[in-house]
Order: sequence, then structure tokens, then C-alpha cells
Amino acid sequence: MKNNLKILTNGIIGENPTFVLLLGMCPTLGTTSSALNGMAMGLATTFVLICSNMTISSMKNLIPDQVRIPAYIVLIAAFVTVVQMLMEAFIPALYAGLGLFIPLIVVNCIVLGRAEAYAAKNKVIPSMFDGIGIGLGFTLALTLLGACRELLGTGKMFSLTVYPENFGSLIFVLAPGAFIVLGFLIAIINKIKS
Amino acid sequence: MEYIIIFIAAVFVNNIVLAQFLGICPFLGVSKKVETAVGMSAAVAFVMTISTLTTYLMQKLVLDPLGLGFMQTISFILIIAALVQMVEIILKKVSPALYQALGVFLPLITTNCTILGVAIMVIQKDYTLLSSIVFAISSAVGFGLALIIFSGIREQLSLTRTPKAMQGIPIALITAGILAMAFMGFNGIV
Repeated sequence: MKNNLKILTNGIIGENPTFVLLLGMCPTLGTTSSALNGMAMGLATTFVLICSNMTISSMKNLIPDQVRIPAYIVLIAAFVTVVQMLMEAFIPALYAGLGLFIPLIVVNCIVLGRAEAYAAKNKVIPSMFDGIGIGLGFTLALTLLGACRELLGTGKMFSLTVYPENFGSLIFVLAPGAFIVLGFLIAIINKIKS
Repeated sequence: MEYIIIFIAAVFVNNIVLAQFLGICPFLGVSKKVETAVGMSAAVAFVMTISTLTTYLMQKLVLDPLGLGFMQTISFILIIAALVQMVEIILKKVSPALYQALGVFLPLITTNCTILGVAIMVIQKDYTLLSSIVFAISSAVGFGLALIIFSGIREQLSLTRTPKAMQGIPIALITAGILAMAFMGFNGIV
């Protein structure tokens, strides 16, 4: 159990996919116009990560080594389709907001990267915890970025008003703000680490 | 006229990298030198045009008539992966010179989200076959434009003195933000 906890925190802090490994930049920038959108995207990716890690780890002896990458991609695409259909049916507003980025979880390098680097070499339970850890690390990073952009842009956080909207500058919600806020967040984390 | 509007909208107004956030990984990864940026853009343009044509036909001729819309993501990613592999083999045999120039970038393209993104976008926007191809080519031109401008800036940037915490990715991201701001100036021309 202690070991599993270590895997979990490693995913959230030590190997945080966004701030440390710098993977999966497209959804990180594209879906974080508000804290809620960022969190939803993170949770959708977490679900795919946990499922794909568990399946790949349990099937690792059945998949021939030469065709492992296409096999992994098909498995991941199947889970992404599941998420896509569930979101479309139960939370259509959020699905419309995230749009193209839900099917694009397939080509998110975090998912395939964890399958190749962790799930293909380890047992099912540790792989599950690795999926949860990396997924939560990704979700936290996206929520933080979304919250910063929402706060700077509209004066709100999770749709609750913090300061009057007139004082916010809309540029942070638009495309350039995504790049600039993420750049400064990574710089701040580099500063704290050194 | 319709095609010119699609072209201008995809290259400048809704630039695939700077406004839609697709293909950020190659945008940050292979933009350290102008030469590699040109090679990558050419490879993306080549694969994007062929893959959009193939996935469009797949959707209209196979998935739609059989009511298999839910298989879209799985079938598209498989087509793209197989296509990239095939292009690599054919290029190696037919045009070794072109293979030399594009070879290194081809395997990276399967996981480039611009390719799958454009393939899905043309279906969502309900384009005709010809508009789809024009849209794919213009998106690739937009990707190339952003990548080449950005690599030019980064070559200069590597000579400047930046604070230690800002070196590398952070300053590159902030530069990209300013570039995106510049591209916002095109808003409203179509």
C-alpha cells in the first residue's frame, strides 16, 4: 500500500505531466479557458489513462512486441470513444465546450507514453495507481491554469465572482493568454525548485 | 471565392497552432532551427492532404452508409497510422531525395494532433470533398507559417540573456503568446 501511495504522489508531483514532463500541451492550452473546463478535460483524460493502463498491463503477455504500438492505440481509441459517447449523452454542455479535444485524447502523448513506459512493464494494480497519479497531476495542472486564466480574464473562479469583471483583461481568456500564463507558471515552478 | 475565404480563414484568422492550439508539441519541439521547421512543415502538408482525402472518403463511403459514426475516432487514427507508414515506404523507394529531406519527421506525424484534428474538423464542418482538401492544404500552410516564423524568433532568442527560471520552454511559450496576439490582428478580415 505504501508503495502504491508513492506511485500516486510521483505522478502528481515528481513526474507531473504538464509542469515537469511538458507532455500533452494541446489540451493543456486549448481547454483551460475556465477552471471548470480544465478540470473536466483532466478528468476525462484520467479516466482514459486508468482504463488503458489497466487493460494494457493485463494484456501485455498477449500482445506481440512488433505490433504493440498500433494495438495500444486501438485500445486507447476504444476508451476515448466510450468517454466521448458518455459525455455527449450526460453532460452535453461540457462536451460542446471541449469539442474537438475529446477525440484528440487518442493522440495525447501522456496516455501512450504511460502505456509504453509503465503499464507494459508492471502489474495491473501498480499500473492503475500510476494512471490515477498521472491523471490527477494532469487534472490539477489544468485546473490551476484554468483558474488563473479565468481569474485574470473575468475576475471569477469556478464561476464565482472574486472581483468585478471590468477589472479583468479578456486577453487571458483568449488564445494568447494561454501561452503567457502557462509560460509564467512553469517559470515560477522552476524558480521554486531551484 | 469560397475557396479563397477558406484559405485565408485557415491560414491567418483561425491559425491552427496559434488560435486553435493543435500541434503544439512539434511547434515547441522542432522550432529551434529554421531548416528543421521547414522540413517538418513540408512533411505535415504532404501527410495532411493525403490523410484528409482518405478519411473523408472513409467517412462518406463506409461509416455514414453503414451507420458506424461511433467508429470515427478508431478508424481515423488507424488510417492515419497506416498511411504514414505507407508514405514512408513509398517515398523511400520512389524518391530517395524527398525521403532524405522528410524521413526523420514522418514517424513523429502519427501523434501530431493537427492531422487527426483536421480530419475530424472537415467532417464536423460538413465540407464538400474539394473544400476539405483546400482546408487541409491551408491548415498545413498555416501550421508551416506559424512554425517558421516562430523558429526564426527562437534562433534570435537563443542569443539573448534570459533569467534562469525563464530559460527554454517558459520564454518560448511567452513568445508564442505574443505571436498569437499579433495573429489576433487578422480577426475580422473574412
